[in-house]
Amino acid sequence: MTMALNTLTIADARAKLTSREVTSRELTQACLDAIAGSSALNAVVTVTADKALDMADAADARIADGSADAMTGIPLGVKDLFCVEGVRSQAASKILDGFTPRYESTVTSKLWNAGAVMLGKLNMDEFGMGSATEYSVYGPTVSPWRAEGSDAKLTAGGSSGGSAAAVAADLCLGATGTDTGGSIRQPAAFTGTVGLRPTYGRCSRWGVIAYASSLDQAGPMTKTVRDAAIMLGAMAGHDEKDSTSADIAVPDFEAALTGDIRGKKIGIPREYRLDGLSDAIAKQWDDGAAMLRDAGAEVVDISLPHTKYALPTYYVIAPAEASSNLSRYDGVRYGHRAKLGAGDGIDDMYEKTRAEGFGTEVQRRVMLGAYVLSAGFYDAYYRKAQRVRTLIRQDFEKVFADGVDAILTPATPSPAFALGAAAEMNPVEMYLNDVFTVTLNLAGLPGISVPSGLSADGLPLGLQLIGKPWEEGDLLNTAYALEKAAAFSAKADRWW
Amino acid sequence: MAIDTDTARRVAHLARIRVSEERLPALSEELSAVLAFMEQLSEIDTDGVEPMTSVTPMNLKRRADVITDGSRQDDILANAPDAREGFFAVPKVVE
Repeated sequence: MTMALNTLTIADARAKLTSREVTSRELTQACLDAIAGSSALNAVVTVTADKALDMADAADARIADGSADAMTGIPLGVKDLFCVEGVRSQAASKILDGFTPRYESTVTSKLWNAGAVMLGKLNMDEFGMGSATEYSVYGPTVSPWRAEGSDAKLTAGGSSGGSAAAVAADLCLGATGTDTGGSIRQPAAFTGTVGLRPTYGRCSRWGVIAYASSLDQAGPMTKTVRDAAIMLGAMAGHDEKDSTSADIAVPDFEAALTGDIRGKKIGIPREYRLDGLSDAIAKQWDDGAAMLRDAGAEVVDISLPHTKYALPTYYVIAPAEASSNLSRYDGVRYGHRAKLGAGDGIDDMYEKTRAEGFGTEVQRRVMLGAYVLSAGFYDAYYRKAQRVRTLIRQDFEKVFADGVDAILTPATPSPAFALGAAAEMNPVEMYLNDVFTVTLNLAGLPGISVPSGLSADGLPLGLQLIGKPWEEGDLLNTAYALEKAAAFSAKADRWW
Repeated sequence: MAIDTDTARRVAHLARIRVSEERLPALSEELSAVLAFMEQLSEIDTDGVEPMTSVTPMNLKRRADVITDGSRQDDILANAPDAREGFFAVPKVVE
């Protein structure tokens, strides 16, 4: 039996493209066929089949004339948050109904310039605000994973849940994601895939629909650590159009994957051992530490004393930035405009448009943001949170100054929960999903989620590694060592 | 700090989101719950701590003050719900 081409990793596909064993057109068609049979997952919300085949043909021509790049001919899915020229891009929001950009985000433009193939747009939580990909104008994404002996629908996580489900279900070889508080790493952990959030400033934010600008960062979601290294190399780099993108060289991340982590110092932060942490997660974490120790790393206990304040800090800063960023959706320049009554003025237009166009969670965060930025509360909430954010970053700086190379933590407090469970939670309960991931967004650090094992009922669990700023290569190498030791190879049984 | 319905109404208006009167009590409860969560921050002594305003310490780059882009009226109006004669059209703003 030959292996279905859509199940290949990026690295394997690259080898087969280079050896002319397969064409990009064949790879792309295999993915399009897989997408066509995946409507039950609701992971892909816009399919760009014609564009994909055209791009695949161009990639095959490039491979034939010897000008191929590492990503040439690789079919990818794109989170709906990225603007793609001529393709509906609406951040899973009704307020951007039908929005079709006349420009291309820098990250996707880099991928296409490298020869990657665009398959379509992927589902997400509206504007990136959510942890379950349930707050979407397209309806929820369903995880390809199910608990053993159950046919209950599970979440693929969020906000990049469409990306995670698409990679896990082999609808694409890799996908772009964005991560503001854990939106790449949590869905990756829930679906047995790899998700890398780079250092803030590594990838340009230009053309990525903004949620919280000081926290947002794009990154790759892939089947393996090697694929993440390959894909990040094509996404990263300085961009004049994003003044916060770093003007530093992009190293060869894949070359960093030696698997040799002897002498590396791995920190285990005691504050992450929460009361009530499930035994399964705690065991994964201990096992992961043992694997890194066996691979020659030194595992040390560390303290990040302000950890418990990360979530409240995030839920001041992110809504504040969101309320500012989302003020542009006013029914004037793009997307949805409410039907107005006779005599309605411009404020009625704004208020009705935003009430109709924004979902409940987005409305909640925009209003929270407006509140914490309002006169009389700015110092008490926003300024205070910015000061605590400094303390959180200093926690990490101290640990790294003491010689720690990477930090190992669980990626999520639990395996994937049932679809619909988020609606039963109050907002604060839902926000607790981000408890392990959100700290590094505040500090601007890179982090990666690596699948490490299965829960008792057969659901994927992930471990997170946090790295030093701009040291994604070293971080990926540690993740590579962990991936090899964990040898996670489970796939979701196909039911869709 | 709890948010009462008057404050919820004011916040909704600040955010330019129409919220019905019937919905305000529930909204004020939701917002109060999140604010109560944020209150934990008051436990921390932040005297003398600088607010973090730049994620990666860097100086913003400068560039020559020249036009780098423009003449894209069609592109800019292409997605407007109502564009006429080269302008965005909105309800009357001044009497």
